[in-house]
Amino acid sequence: MAITLLFVFVLAAFVGYFVITKVPPLLHTPLMSATNAISGISLVGSLVLAGADRGTLATLLGFIAVTAATINVVGGFLITDRMLKMFKQRLPGGQAGGSEVAAPGQEKP
Amino acid sequence: MLALLLQLPETAGHAAAPGPGMGLRDVGIQLTYLAAGVLFILGLYSLTKPARAQRGMQLAALGMLLAVIGTLLHQHIVRFEWIIGGLLLGTAIGYPLGMFVPMTAMPQRIAISHMFGALAATLVGVAEYQLHAAGPSHATMAALGFEVMFGALTITGSFMAFGKLQGFITGTPITWRGQNAINLTLFAATFGIFAYLIVSPDHPVLFYAMVVMSLAIGVLMVLPIGGADMPVVVSLLNSYAGLAAAATGFAIGNTVLIVCGALDGASGFLLSVLMSKAMNRSFGNVLFGAFGAAPTGAAAAEIGDRQVRSVTAEDVAVQLAYAREVIVVPGYGMAVAQCQHQVRELASQVEKRGGTVKYAIHPVAGRMPGHMNVLLAEANVAYDRLYDLEEINDQFEQADVVLVIGANDVVNPAAKSDPASPIYGMPILNVDAAQSIVVLKRSMAAGYSGVENELFYHDRCAMLFGDAKSSLQQLITDIKEV
Repeated sequence: MAITLLFVFVLAAFVGYFVITKVPPLLHTPLMSATNAISGISLVGSLVLAGADRGTLATLLGFIAVTAATINVVGGFLITDRMLKMFKQRLPGGQAGGSEVAAPGQEKP
Repeated sequence: MLALLLQLPETAGHAAAPGPGMGLRDVGIQLTYLAAGVLFILGLYSLTKPARAQRGMQLAALGMLLAVIGTLLHQHIVRFEWIIGGLLLGTAIGYPLGMFVPMTAMPQRIAISHMFGALAATLVGVAEYQLHAAGPSHATMAALGFEVMFGALTITGSFMAFGKLQGFITGTPITWRGQNAINLTLFAATFGIFAYLIVSPDHPVLFYAMVVMSLAIGVLMVLPIGGADMPVVVSLLNSYAGLAAAATGFAIGNTVLIVCGALDGASGFLLSVLMSKAMNRSFGNVLFGAFGAAPTGAAAAEIGDRQVRSVTAEDVAVQLAYAREVIVVPGYGMAVAQCQHQVRELASQVEKRGGTVKYAIHPVAGRMPGHMNVLLAEANVAYDRLYDLEEINDQFEQADVVLVIGANDVVNPAAKSDPASPIYGMPILNVDAAQSIVVLKRSMAAGYSGVENELFYHDRCAMLFGDAKSSLQQLITDIKEV
């Protein structure tokens, strides 16, 4: 059982390492806020704790944990989205567009 | 490899199942976790291409929603009032943190978010320990130990980092005699307790002592770290928050937590390694060797009575107006002066006159990985104008003018030429190869490392003294009149 979980951990870490190696420095801040939002998955554990009715202390700790994890999930995904929107589009002449039309395929020299 | 990884959660999910078999409900839950895991990896993968990153992360958010819905089907969940309360309160706090925090406050925003993640993991760990009446099994205790140790030190460490970045805790390193010895002793003691608990888990007093000591380690770890080393620390805390989540997964037998924790941990680890490399320092050196107190006597004496050349905004405006190739080097000073919009406006003026403007971004410019990129993107600078150290370094030769805005150590030639310098060996931007260098600077104060910058005494370097924002505004006015 524990060894299977270790498999999952090590392989996921490898996938993470190789995927994240390819993220350009340009997007390192959104990467941090994205992994942060994703680590809000602690919510899954917190939900069971808050709803399992295993005593007042467990429920209280679960409630605080649900709140903290939800802050990360909601805030994390929203702020990542806001940042990525800024990096999404560009216009000719070095100006990035807000929500206007994007110039097609201007590649770096 | 991906396929192999993603099949595992189904088989590993038995911990949630009551008996040896797996009910339909459990299969359903595990499938939502599987989908969430896939979507998270796709989301992170989308970050390799700026144009599709936003859509990719929206898919990841969908994955999170699926995982939450799946969890709510869990048979152990019998009451929903506290769950709903927590979700509502968390949303009420998280929404403004996501929507209204300005981009200029991003470093502290990221730092504090690690605290929330670690808090959730730690509380789950404490409750799990409490709920095992006769103490948990050895394996579970090992997982819980890692969970609360990483969690607790991330809670306080992130809060300290937040305080330093927000400015209510001083950004200069706080050090005292024997600091490293005290920290190491505390660390060893905490680990000793942890080892003892694995052998003999049923010692609540020791367990809580370990939590408290880990909280103390978080504070002590960040106190001696100065502002410019923040990128490493923030990434490291990112990694720890992930590891705490992964340990939670081990403790409660939940695979999606392990997958996410591993992704997060790997990401934070990779970023800290990149940041350390960009400063040519080891982890250990960043964590244990506050370097604000570096001796500067020799360097200062060597420079002696050499004079810097000071210029007026008018002169610089003329240079910029006729330049074909301009490279802007932003640093933390740009973030402090919040002048990214003026930088962009000046760049458009140069471009209007037929010049091109590129931005050279050093990996550790600012207070977190990617800090400068976010600020410039906020000012509507297109991302294909932002260049990394390796991409831009051989282009300085062709540059007519280099504008250094609030950067210091990352352009200090001593990193290449002076083995006695504390920043020796750090990769720097080769601005001294350019035809003309203009440094926007408030005063002649040394950079964060406390090292004199020889660049300022370079024949082709001129200083434009003053607040970066007003200097830039003056430049914009003047260039329009050229």
